[in-house]
Amino acid sequence: MALEIITPGLSTTVQDRGRSGYYNVGIPQCGSMDRYSSEIANALVGNDSGPGTGAAVLECSYVGPTFRVDAVTSIAVAGAPVEVKVNGEPRPQWARLELKPGDEVSFGVIKGGTKFCVAVRGGIDVPMVLGSRSTYVLGAFGGFQGRKLAAGDVLPIGVANGPLPHAAQLPENHIPRFTGPRELRVIMGLYAHRLTERGRALFLESEWTLTPVADRMGLRYDGPGVEWVERKQPFGAGSDPSNIVDAGYAVGSIQIPGGTQPIVLHRDAVSGGGYAMVGTVISADMDLLARSAPGTKTRFTEVTMDTALEARRTEARRLREAIASLG
Amino acid sequence: MPEIISPLPGIFYRRPGPGKDPFVEPGQRIEVGQTLGIVEIMKQFTEVQADVSGVVESFAVEEGAMVNPGDVLAVIATEGVQ
Repeated sequence: MALEIITPGLSTTVQDRGRSGYYNVGIPQCGSMDRYSSEIANALVGNDSGPGTGAAVLECSYVGPTFRVDAVTSIAVAGAPVEVKVNGEPRPQWARLELKPGDEVSFGVIKGGTKFCVAVRGGIDVPMVLGSRSTYVLGAFGGFQGRKLAAGDVLPIGVANGPLPHAAQLPENHIPRFTGPRELRVIMGLYAHRLTERGRALFLESEWTLTPVADRMGLRYDGPGVEWVERKQPFGAGSDPSNIVDAGYAVGSIQIPGGTQPIVLHRDAVSGGGYAMVGTVISADMDLLARSAPGTKTRFTEVTMDTALEARRTEARRLREAIASLG
Repeated sequence: MPEIISPLPGIFYRRPGPGKDPFVEPGQRIEVGQTLGIVEIMKQFTEVQADVSGVVESFAVEEGAMVNPGDVLAVIATEGVQ
C-alpha cells in the first residue's frame, strides 16, 4: 500500500510526535506542530495512540497536496479548516474517509490557521531516524528522504496496528479554534532580568501581531518593541543589548533580537544561541502557535510553573476525552 | 468578472524580482496558466497563475502588501475576449 504525491503543496512533510533526546547536540525535536490535531487524525483511523512516536502523518502548510492511494484505506484530515475533496467531491474534515484504489484526494483554500494534517490507517512508513519518522528539513534527514514532499514521491504506508473507533466523526465540541486572537501563557525568564520595568510591561501588556515570518522554526511578532537594561556587554555577548553569551534555547522560548520583534521558537528551532530569552510559552499552548495565521493578534500572559503544569495536565485530559468520545 | 484569488497568506509581489518589470500590467491580455504575481511565505515564493484567459482589469492588492488565503489579487475581464 502506498500514497503517491501528484502535487506537493507549499510544504508538506512527514511528522510524528517528534525526536526527543538529541536537543543537547543541536538536533531539534521536530514532530507535528499542532499535536492535538495529529493525535485526533491518527485516532480517527485507528492508529495506536499508546506511548512512543505515534504514527507519522502528512503535515501540510497553507496549500495542501494532491495525492492518490493504490489500495483500500482510511484517512482523516484534521487541523486548519480546509475543504477536503475525494475525486473532486467535498468530504468532511475531522472524520474518517474511506478510500478505494485510485482515489485522488485534494484540498481547497484554508479558511484559518496554517497547518492541517492527513493521517492514513497504518501511518506513513518511512524509516526511523534517531528514533522518529519526523522530517528535519534543515538537517536533511528523517521523514521522506529528509525533505518536503515533491511530485512523484511514493510514500509507503504501514500496517494498521489498532482497531477503528466506533465513531467516524469527531464531535464538534472537541474541534479547536483556528481563527481570532490568541492569549499565549508564558513563564518569564531566564533572561527577563535584562528587560527594564517598562520593557517587561511593554512585552506583557501590549498586543502583538504575528508577521508572515513564521514557520516550523519560529514565529515572529510585530509590536511596540521592548526596552533593555543598560549594561557593559560581557565578552562574547556581542554589542546589542538583546545579545547574551550563548546559551541553550528551550522549545517555546522567546527572543527579541534588537528589542523589536519577539520570536517564539517552535519544534524545528536551533538549540542554542546568543539572544536573551525573556520567557517561554508553556507546553500546553504550543499548539496555539501552530493554529495562528499571519496577522493574528496575540498577547503574552505571565503564569507560574504550577499553572503551567496544571495546564499541561488539562490539555492531556482534553485530548484523552476527545479520543474517548470516538468510542 | 472573474477574480484571481490568493491560495495562501503572505506578501504579494507583481514582479519576478526587485527592479524587474511586472509580470503583467492592467489592460494587458493574459492566458490560462500565465503568472500574475508571487506570494512570499515561509521563505518560499509561490507564483499565482491565472485560471482564466482575458484582459487584466485591475489589481486589488498593492505591491508588497500582506494578503490572506481567499483574498482577491486581480480582476480579469473576459467579455468580448476570444
